Amino acid sequence: MDAFIYLLSWALLVGGGFFCVVGALGLLRMPDAFTRLHAASVIDTLGVGMIVAGLMVQSGLTLTTARLGIILLLVFFTSPVASHAIARSMRHRNVKPVLSEDRTGEGG
Amino acid sequence: MGQVISLAIVLLVFWLTLSGIYTTFLVTAGVISAVVISVLAYRMDVADREGHPIHLSLSAITYWPWLVWQIILSGLNVTRLIINPSLPISPTLTLVKMTQKTDVARVTYANSITLTPGTISVDMEGDEILVHAITSDNATDLEAGEMDCRCTQFEGST
Amino acid sequence: MTMFVAAALAVLVSLGLALVRVIKGPTIFDRLIAGNSVGTLSVLLLAVIGYVFGRPAFIDLAITYALLNVIGTIAVLKFFRYGDLGAGEDEAGP
Repeated sequence: MDAFIYLLSWALLVGGGFFCVVGALGLLRMPDAFTRLHAASVIDTLGVGMIVAGLMVQSGLTLTTARLGIILLLVFFTSPVASHAIARSMRHRNVKPVLSEDRTGEGG
Repeated sequence: MGQVISLAIVLLVFWLTLSGIYTTFLVTAGVISAVVISVLAYRMDVADREGHPIHLSLSAITYWPWLVWQIILSGLNVTRLIINPSLPISPTLTLVKMTQKTDVARVTYANSITLTPGTISVDMEGDEILVHAITSDNATDLEAGEMDCRCTQFEGST
Repeated sequence: MTMFVAAALAVLVSLGLALVRVIKGPTIFDRLIAGNSVGTLSVLLLAVIGYVFGRPAFIDLAITYALLNVIGTIAVLKFFRYGDLGAGEDEAGP
């Protein structure tokens, strides 16, 4: 059982670290601000989720796990708010996204 | 009234989780703060069905695991796009209909769209959400409306 | 122990990459997006460092950072939209 927990938290921590690096790479590679938001949301969901889950598995049923759960809930509830606020204010500032297809029918 | 009592319990649990030291003084202080804040929230009319939606907790139990699964799937999809050397993205703007009635369910839907990597809700126009998707496939999946349907169920099964 | 160091290193590398975007970012929004990611990553780094040094008190710091992060982003957005932090949408002054 101990070996299982050990391996599971290794896998979760390494996986989470991988997704963090991938998200940050996406921040560098994506062509415009809207697509960079998608890369940032990989960090906010998979990166945070897997690393915090790995830490939770490691500490078992303790108060620390409950605190990590609070972090997880906070990040999951607030990161879409921040992304949406950025996207909305880009639209109101008339930042035009680089599009390959526009299905809204407004043109542009 | 149920909302106010549940808010007090949630606040007390939050206090106890963060404190970790259970002396009589600290626990009493926690109870007092939880009660005072709940009374204030009641007087400010923020502890209502919209501010503290406990009637949705049952539907959350079935909705959240599905949402987590969607997040994992689309996260892997975006990861594949990013590490692909040719960067095969096709950004798409689209309008998605929403069939939810209440504001809580609409916020849940828009937040779920944003939380899922690959789609971001940009603006809300009447009954439609303006969505920016990183590939046209993501936009097509969202237009098919499974998430919309789930969110309407989430709201409906009170 | 090793696994926490590995995770902390990965988070540090991504912090560095995000900082490059903060410095390069052509528009203010690119910098904001990258800054938001730096905030999220520092929450993770704090949580992992708590395990590396065996001091769980770092988790409380991480909670505080998670709370401050979103408030900071929205405050900066409001500032660049209205030019000050106080006025709302319908009371934006002259």
